Amino acid sequence: MDEQSLFLRVAEQDREIVPFFVNGRPATALSGDTVLTALLTHDHEVRLSEILEQPRAGFCLMGACQDCWIWTEDGKRVRACSTMIEPDMRLRTRSPFNGARPE
Amino acid sequence: MSSSRVVIIGAGPAGTRAAETLVAAGLKPVVVDEAPRSGGQIYRRQPPGFGRSLKKLYGFEAGKAARLHDAFDRLQDKVDYRPGTMVWGTEGHNLHLADRDGRQDVIGFDALILATGAVDRIVPFEGWTMPGVYTLGGAQIALKYQACLIGRNVALVGSGPLLYLVAYQYRRAGGNLAGIFDTTPLSRELAGLPRMAANPANTAKGLYYFAWLAAHGVPMLHDVSPLRAEGEGRVARLVLRDRAGRERTFACDAIATGYHVQSETQLADLLGCDFAFDARAGQWLPRQDEMGRSSVDGVYLAGDGASVRGADTAEATGALAALACLQDQGMPFDAAVRNQALQAMRRGSAFAAALRDAFPFPEHLYENIADTTLLCRCEEVSVGTFRATLRDKGAGEVNRAKAFCRVGMGRCQGRMCGASAARIAAQTLGVELAAVGRLRGQAPVKPLPTALQTEAGE
Amino acid sequence: MTDATKYDVVIVGGGLMGASAAFFLATRYKFSVALVERGRIGAQASGVNFGNVRRQGRPFIQLPLAHHARDIWGRLPALIGEDCEFLPTGHLKIAFDEDSLAALEAYNAEARHWGLSLTLVGVNRLRADYPFLGPGAVGASFSPEDGHANPRLAAPAFGRAARRAGAHVLEQCEVIGATRQSDGFIIETADGRILRAPILINSAGAWSNRFAASFGESVPMEARGPQMGVTESLPYFVQPVLGTGDSSFYMRQVKRGSVVFGGGVHVAVDLADPRPRPRPAHLLTQLRSLVRFLPSMAGVQVVRTWSGVEGYLPDKLPALGWSAKTPGLLHAFGFSGHGFQLGPGVGSVLADLAATGDTSVPIEPFSIERFADNEPAKTSPVAPSSGSAR
Ligand SMILES: Cc1cc2nc3c(=O)[nH]c(=O)nc-3n(C[C@H](O)[C@H](O)[C@H](O)COP(=O)(O)OP(=O)(O)OC[C@H]3O[C@@H](n4cnc5c(N)ncnc54)[C@H](O)[C@@H]3O)c2cc1C
Ligand SMILES: Cc1cc2nc3c(=O)[nH]c(=O)nc-3n(C[C@H](O)[C@H](O)[C@H](O)COP(=O)(O)OP(=O)(O)OC[C@H]3O[C@@H](n4cnc5c(N)ncnc54)[C@H](O)[C@@H]3O)c2cc1C
Ligand code: FES
Repeated sequence: MDEQSLFLRVAEQDREIVPFFVNGRPATALSGDTVLTALLTHDHEVRLSEILEQPRAGFCLMGACQDCWIWTEDGKRVRACSTMIEPDMRLRTRSPFNGARPE
Repeated sequence: MSSSRVVIIGAGPAGTRAAETLVAAGLKPVVVDEAPRSGGQIYRRQPPGFGRSLKKLYGFEAGKAARLHDAFDRLQDKVDYRPGTMVWGTEGHNLHLADRDGRQDVIGFDALILATGAVDRIVPFEGWTMPGVYTLGGAQIALKYQACLIGRNVALVGSGPLLYLVAYQYRRAGGNLAGIFDTTPLSRELAGLPRMAANPANTAKGLYYFAWLAAHGVPMLHDVSPLRAEGEGRVARLVLRDRAGRERTFACDAIATGYHVQSETQLADLLGCDFAFDARAGQWLPRQDEMGRSSVDGVYLAGDGASVRGADTAEATGALAALACLQDQGMPFDAAVRNQALQAMRRGSAFAAALRDAFPFPEHLYENIADTTLLCRCEEVSVGTFRATLRDKGAGEVNRAKAFCRVGMGRCQGRMCGASAARIAAQTLGVELAAVGRLRGQAPVKPLPTALQTEAGE
Repeated sequence: MTDATKYDVVIVGGGLMGASAAFFLATRYKFSVALVERGRIGAQASGVNFGNVRRQGRPFIQLPLAHHARDIWGRLPALIGEDCEFLPTGHLKIAFDEDSLAALEAYNAEARHWGLSLTLVGVNRLRADYPFLGPGAVGASFSPEDGHANPRLAAPAFGRAARRAGAHVLEQCEVIGATRQSDGFIIETADGRILRAPILINSAGAWSNRFAASFGESVPMEARGPQMGVTESLPYFVQPVLGTGDSSFYMRQVKRGSVVFGGGVHVAVDLADPRPRPRPAHLLTQLRSLVRFLPSMAGVQVVRTWSGVEGYLPDKLPALGWSAKTPGLLHAFGFSGHGFQLGPGVGSVLADLAATGDTSVPIEPFSIERFADNEPAKTSPVAPSSGSAR
């Protein structure tokens, strides 16, 4: 677990390893992790707020605050605290939205 | 009558007991829950593949958790269970559902039981949006559901029973605690003890956590005011004012904060239920009779979503709502069961009231929140902007202020800022809390992706 | 209240029409004005609309009034001290078939005679300038001086400016009756006030018919609710307001990022309920349009929907101007889904009419007299001749 990480695993560490990608870089999680856990056991933020562009890392973990929505590379939205990590998931922590792109 | 369709939203303690009661009467209710597994908040189940025992997960509540999980599992083929499915809108007797992949569905109901539970209540402080700051509930979920701590050295700040429970759970899991910072004066908590005798078991548990934490040398301060979280891009320190008025700084890499929980009432609002201000809860709640009937025919309320009274009462009110529904449909029901549930509900309500008094919502904190503090974390509007809107723009209630400065307008629909916005409005305007109104619910109750798949017609 | 119950003008209804009329009466003519609003200023249609400040596509006979309004929109900071987020970003009307392209072309040709210069945008230009548009667009018409504003801010800002200029703005004060005596109007409110004035402005929005009817001028007005939605904040990518030629779908992006959209069917409205609920099924339809229109919006989140109460007249023109029956009575209602842009212009015209008896803006086609045949059969849903069409 990186020094960078926010979350600290304290049990259940013999679960299956799940490879995934975040912003193109490979990373690993454990089966049964939420996307938020998968990210925050490596890093300390999952997105930037829209207006002030400040780092955010979720808040409620129960689908109430909506402050952990991120993206998959194919443009889908993921609420990180309430979505399970899946093998080879390709996640983005920055908006891929480019309104100007043709369809 | 068997053709009548009853829908239950929420598969926590309330929803589970409601479903069980309906199944016992020969109905096959639909149970919709956003979560992937049943159990609700307190008895939230860990994901498949985790192996911790119930005792480890739920402590004193392990037995109750096991009974509730078993109860739901026994219903599996007797209910139409829709896990991973959010109810995002309503129209008349139709509910609009979306699953995780954005698939849409519409289901009709003859009767509806809302068992949507509660979420943490928050008081903002400078830096509360920084990575590393979580709700107390969130901190608990990290541990219970993910076997993680939110940090290596966690400060807990707030009020209410969850404060000590989460601290206990974290310490037991091997976590290091920077301290427990309670905004309530200790004398107030102690004064509440006699009335909490309504539930000696719960009170004993609370005292046990407290004593255990003290014995394990966890720093505990009472009567504090959180001032700010400091750090570069993530939490490094918590600064607070202690009861002597001194500013004190505690190193920590995470903060868990919360002040009791509040009912999740958006769906009741969309369904047109009447609301009344509950002074003790400090929240507008849908009106209900003792059995959980709302003001709208066919809509019933149960559990913490109806009024926060904890898990045991949630089970009782879940059963009551189902019994009311059977009664209203002219179906037979067991009066003895109802009377028992009514008794449990009344006991639970008395305990909840005492708890509220012992751990009051710290209204006084709002007077000292700096103008620069963010109030609405979605729209990123500061307390100062909100105060100025109230003062200078003639916004006399919260919806008006929302219209002018966007507080409560973002993704979370005011779940995180609504309680604070109301209190700041009341203080700034010098009126009673009830006079500033409540944020109106708007569909979708949670964000909906635009790329929807509408398979089932509509 | 002391003797302040006598005014030069009493205005019933504090939407954008009433609030801007109060402002212009108090500032331009130093009239004593009472603006009486049942709820809060600009909390009904004026506060919940789409925010389109658009002239393109209006009936030509409305354009002089719309030009007058557009001039005021551009001067808001000087007039009322805030811009209400008005941005002259332009308005683009897009055709998806040859028929609607032909209609845009015909409108374009005629509009210049009415002082509105529009630019036709060929399909190649359209693709180049708006690469994010979905398939099927065959051409468009651009109105460079149109734009959009924040409806939640506009009417309240006029109300505050009117108050600063001395107008009495009475909120949460419902007018329950208005009668005309020899010396003027007597207006009664639910909280027991009696207001008097020689001139009464009926700008009670979708609820105006009640007052029109009480003076024997009922109109066949229908109340409906357009439905709106808004997405999460996105990087700012589209300045102009975009709409289909037939207005079945339209959208705009506010500067801080969210995309507001509307169009399509309306929700049914009960006048007793000032807050009609949006229909989830309509939202799903709108979202399909949104993604067809702008495929890059797939995956974006909708965070809120709402609706509002608007009065529609059969010929889609407002009832604006002097009563045909009652001296001193001015009507301003029935804006049929298009009154936000007109609002400040209507207020200005109402002020001129009330203070001088006349206005330089041609408003004859909007006279309530065109519905005179409608009396006294108040309830019959007649389809009156559209006396306004050119
Ligand atoms: C984070 C947290 C931790 C808590 N921990 C404790 C504790 O340790 N001890 C204690 O005594 N009490 C605790 N509580 C209080 C707790 O709410 C109750 O004890 C108990 O869980 C209430 O049961 P319920 O059935 O009313 O609601 P819940 O158990 O909250 O169940 C509600 C269910 O409804 C679902 N739901 C809500 N809205 C929708 C929707 N729109 N569409 C679909 N599904 C929806 C949710 O997914 C959830 O599963 C906690 C509360 C919270 C918020
Ligand atoms: C959802 C929606 C979207 C729209 N989009 C656009 C758009 O993009 N562009 C555009 O140009 N137009 C648009 N419109 C139309 C525009 O909003 C209206 O035409 C315009 O706001 C009407 O203003 P008003 O002042 O006449 O009415 P309102 O704003 O409805 O004001 C009337 C006021 O009268 C008050 N009132 C009623 N009865 C009484 C009484 N008895 N006593 C005291 N007060 C009373 C009401 O409370 C209300 O505040 C839209 C309308 C809606 C509903
Ligand atoms: S952390 Fe709050 S919704 Fe995910």
